[in-house]
Amino acid sequence: MRHLAYVSVLAGCLASALWLEPVLKVNVLRRWRRLLLTVLPVVLVFALWDLGAIAAGHWTFDKAQTTGVVFPGGLPLDEVLFFVVVPVCAILGFEATRAVLRRPAGDE
Amino acid sequence: MTYTAATLLSLAGALVVDLVVLRTRLVTRLVFWAAYPIVLAFQLLSNGILTGRQIVRYDPAAILGLRVVYAPVEDLFFGFAMVLCTLSIWIFLGRRGVQRGPAAGEGSALLRRLRDRRSAGSAGGGVR
Repeated sequence: MRHLAYVSVLAGCLASALWLEPVLKVNVLRRWRRLLLTVLPVVLVFALWDLGAIAAGHWTFDKAQTTGVVFPGGLPLDEVLFFVVVPVCAILGFEATRAVLRRPAGDE
Repeated sequence: MTYTAATLLSLAGALVVDLVVLRTRLVTRLVFWAAYPIVLAFQLLSNGILTGRQIVRYDPAAILGLRVVYAPVEDLFFGFAMVLCTLSIWIFLGRRGVQRGPAAGEGSALLRRLRDRRSAGSAGGGVR
């Protein structure tokens, strides 16, 4: 089970934010095309950055605590999922704040 | 390039995306700064676990060495850049008409109840 440590942290992040969709009706997942178009470029750009950081030796990942699925360049699947989960959680949190405060964000 | 330099570059890049490229100007909006501390709290928690349990290890030569909840201080810039980029694209797409609605909170019985109670409270202020 130890190899699921990284993805468990990601699951925890998702669990902390996903309830906002049904409870506050933030309608983020409901606007899934917009969500997909937002997350795709972020994943691409930050995965490239990550490949650079791995190549430069800025960081390494513990093989025992990650899934073991690794993309070319040494990029673990766990890390790619991080770039999907964090943006989704950020948008959920942002839209929840907006729903409560009812302040403009620029796309009204 | 050190990780420190790379994160500062990403921070500058995200600000350019928000202010110049997509012109969403989120950093000038209250709602962004109200939401960011919430996102930051969860970043500190999750990143603290990732670095504290050494799931991710940093090369000491690539970072300043100053740490916040186990994680290099540079991660704060990196996180900010990623969140700002994400929200800037999200708002940009909405402004361009990509699934602008249903708006956040639309159809939430909980928010409606909270608002009804608040307005009822102010209308009957001083009754009890």
